[in-house]
Amino acid sequence: MKRKSQLQTLTRAFFLTLYTLFVVVPLYEMVKSSFEPLRDIESTQFHFLPLHFSWKAYRDMWTTLPLARYFIDSLVVSGISTLLSIVVAICAAYAFSRFRFPGKSFFGVMILATQIFPGMLFLLPIFVMFTQIQDNTGIQLNGTYLGLVITYMTFALPFAIWMMRGYFETIPLSLEEAAMIDGCSRIGVLTRIVIPLAIPGIIAVAVFAFLNAWNEVLFASVLTSDTTQTLAIGLQSYATQTVVEWNQLMASSITVTVPVMVAFLLVQKYFLFGLTGGVKE
Amino acid sequence: MHKYSWLEKKPNLIVLWMLLPALVLELLIHILPMLVGLYISFTHLTTFTLHDWLHAPFIGLENYKVGLNPSNPLGAAFFWSFFISLAYTAITVIASTLLGLGGALLVNHHFPGRAVFRTIFLLPYAMPVFVVGIVWRFMFMRDWGLVNQLLVNAFHVIASKPFWLIGPHAFIAIVIASIWRNWPFLFLISLAGLQTIPPDQYEAAEVDGANTLMKFRHITLPGLRPVISIGILLSFLWTFNDFTLPFSMLGENPSPSADVLTLHIYSNSFQDWNFGTGAAMSVLMMMALGLIILLFNRMFRLGRRNEL
Repeated sequence: MKRKSQLQTLTRAFFLTLYTLFVVVPLYEMVKSSFEPLRDIESTQFHFLPLHFSWKAYRDMWTTLPLARYFIDSLVVSGISTLLSIVVAICAAYAFSRFRFPGKSFFGVMILATQIFPGMLFLLPIFVMFTQIQDNTGIQLNGTYLGLVITYMTFALPFAIWMMRGYFETIPLSLEEAAMIDGCSRIGVLTRIVIPLAIPGIIAVAVFAFLNAWNEVLFASVLTSDTTQTLAIGLQSYATQTVVEWNQLMASSITVTVPVMVAFLLVQKYFLFGLTGGVKE
Repeated sequence: MHKYSWLEKKPNLIVLWMLLPALVLELLIHILPMLVGLYISFTHLTTFTLHDWLHAPFIGLENYKVGLNPSNPLGAAFFWSFFISLAYTAITVIASTLLGLGGALLVNHHFPGRAVFRTIFLLPYAMPVFVVGIVWRFMFMRDWGLVNQLLVNAFHVIASKPFWLIGPHAFIAIVIASIWRNWPFLFLISLAGLQTIPPDQYEAAEVDGANTLMKFRHITLPGLRPVISIGILLSFLWTFNDFTLPFSMLGENPSPSADVLTLHIYSNSFQDWNFGTGAAMSVLMMMALGLIILLFNRMFRLGRRNEL
């Protein structure tokens, strides 16, 4: 019996090592290269540790690429679309969790269904519609923040509403009833009781909406111009050029990744809650 | 019923006001574009007619005929690309499911450092997809990329360095990157599923003399089914619809071996400016997805639990 469990421990250790290597090797390569001079990266001599260590890439990347501007563009677009979608989603999710109304289940199914359609299906018509609006009203939607913000906030909505609704349903109705008997209005109930109690869920939803916008490439590649390019587009188009300062590209990739990675890891348990909220009956 | 009774005494307009913003946005950015897309797919819309798309020549099913005709170069490319997408997605999802389930079984026991491994395994999923694409592009560079360095310079597995990002190997490259990125999701799902299986089921089976394999076959797998089938479906849809990973690894014009449907439609629409055919292809893609979902539903009987 004891030998059997030792064997089990060894097998487990072996597989854990394999898994960890598979995950970590690309990450290690990314970090290592960001601290190397370009000629070491492009040398064919295999080296596990950096041959020469330098911070230079982290300094130079700000001038090789308009990285600061990409950052600002991404922050503005992701930040505003997240804020707006949260406000809209709170209202809709509250209505879903507390009221019965005609077409409720249809609306619910529809909201979820939009999740599974390919983005490509929407991109073309949205581009055509934005061009049309631009021609007729003069409101610039292609190549500005506005078009991207509207698109991202709408795309964040289905998941946000779905997840927040699950969250609101965990809040006992009796609290709200008591407040309403004391003369609190419906809006008062929402802002004073429901929202404060749902703050962790709201933060989690906000993080996911932000990450989606931060990481989005398809729409950004069509709906941005040279002056509104987001990080995703800026780095992606740089990566596919013929001459690339790979150490700087790795350094900027790390700079872009670390904040969102931390944010994701902090809220990942809510992610599963949001998904399985639909699985449990 | 009782849940709503105190509200129904006072029916009011507030519901409408709360739903209105979401409703309007969904209508304008989701529903209307779908209808417009459907309309465009029946027209000959190019860059010349773009600014007056309502008056673009209506050509009926012509775009669909072109797209579905395998003897026409456009149609042949579309079928090829559909096949590539299907293979890319299927391999990714199958491999990710096996890896994810294996990983979940590995950390589903209490041992020191368990939380650390769990977090490490999630890292690829916490990264922006475009960064995953950039990193794997970097790994697969021919002359000095790590993959070739390991294969040729370090371990001498093969004699000469293959091209990974162009030519027939590009398919392998995007599949590996896609598995690396996607398996943590199925890991997370499987782990959550494992935790819903009550431990006394295993204890009862042990009393009855079941071995590890029998326990896995008759308790673990059926117990996981409701959760993992949703996970498989979601990851299938996400991978099939994903544009970012192949795009950020290979750019707008991948070699035919890696010309997945999303990239194919994209370059058709925004490089060749054939919006009509692009829209028709998107509609066909959506219909194919619908079929796949139906099939999947048949296979896994989603929504129904433990009927085995």
